[in-house]
Amino acid sequence: MKSRILIILAGIIFGIVMTKSEAVSWFRIQEMFRFQSFHMYGIIGVASVVGAVMFFLMKKYKFKNIDGEVVKFAEKPKTYIASIGGGILFGLGWAMTGACPGPLYVLIGNGYLVILVVILAALFGTLTYGRLKSKLPH
Amino acid sequence: MEFISQAWHWSISGLGIVLVMFILIYSGERFGISSSFRVMCSAISGRKAGSYFDYDWKQQSWMFLFIIGAILGGYISTTLLADPNPVAISQNTIADLGQIGIEAPSNGLLPDSIFNFDFLMSLKGFILLVGGGFMIGFGTRWAGGCTSGHAISGLSNLQLPSLVAVIGFFIGGLTTTFLLLPLILSL
Repeated sequence: MKSRILIILAGIIFGIVMTKSEAVSWFRIQEMFRFQSFHMYGIIGVASVVGAVMFFLMKKYKFKNIDGEVVKFAEKPKTYIASIGGGILFGLGWAMTGACPGPLYVLIGNGYLVILVVILAALFGTLTYGRLKSKLPH
Repeated sequence: MEFISQAWHWSISGLGIVLVMFILIYSGERFGISSSFRVMCSAISGRKAGSYFDYDWKQQSWMFLFIIGAILGGYISTTLLADPNPVAISQNTIADLGQIGIEAPSNGLLPDSIFNFDFLMSLKGFILLVGGGFMIGFGTRWAGGCTSGHAISGLSNLQLPSLVAVIGFFIGGLTTTFLLLPLILSL
């Protein structure tokens, strides 16, 4: 129960942070892909560098989660063709809609109901990937 | 209050994302949002949709709570914490977007000329919103993550596949920005 409240809280913080820093804005994503401001690079850079320090400390001191289990950090599978192929495809869509998956949900809360169609399309894309998975290189 | 309602500095936002990661890890989960598409597909259609969706998605049903929170957070930010100022993007971006017929930011986070149901029904709108959404769903699942799972969690954990994915994100994003977007908008 306690962890459920924490997860909703994490979602609320995420929604507020992403909106207030304008990371959910299509304009900001365009600005990023045109290399015309440091703003988005600052957000992703701080998050991944401070995140790396946090992960390092958690590993070093065997950080335990709410259930008392030592947290394990999963390795990403070394499927480089999938990383680059899927990455390019996602990047194409990211710059069109100006939103990656997290911001898509936040934008619904911001009142952009047309985004529901983008999410439906993403679900259809996921279903299609599932169908074709065995035929795709990974 | 004005300090809260005006646009936040990127460093605050970066730290905020780390806080979100911390809470999720402490709760026994991890920060990676595109997996939610797979969870939803499994929850809706289950094994009928194929073996990729035949797994114990209930293990990941916490994602629904996170999504509800994210929507709530978005709602709070545009009501209680609303910022009356337009998104302050660079003048160069405003000029570049003007050349492809996109208006400068005024009131709102997104260009109204793209994000509405009338535009969705046009060929350009369908390609951008439905085509874009499809590629987000297909691409993130193929790559095994999106901005949260690869660019933030993955890079934080020094994962080489994540760095490769992020390079892919930029190849795709730059292609859309400089090649496809002007082309689609001129249809």
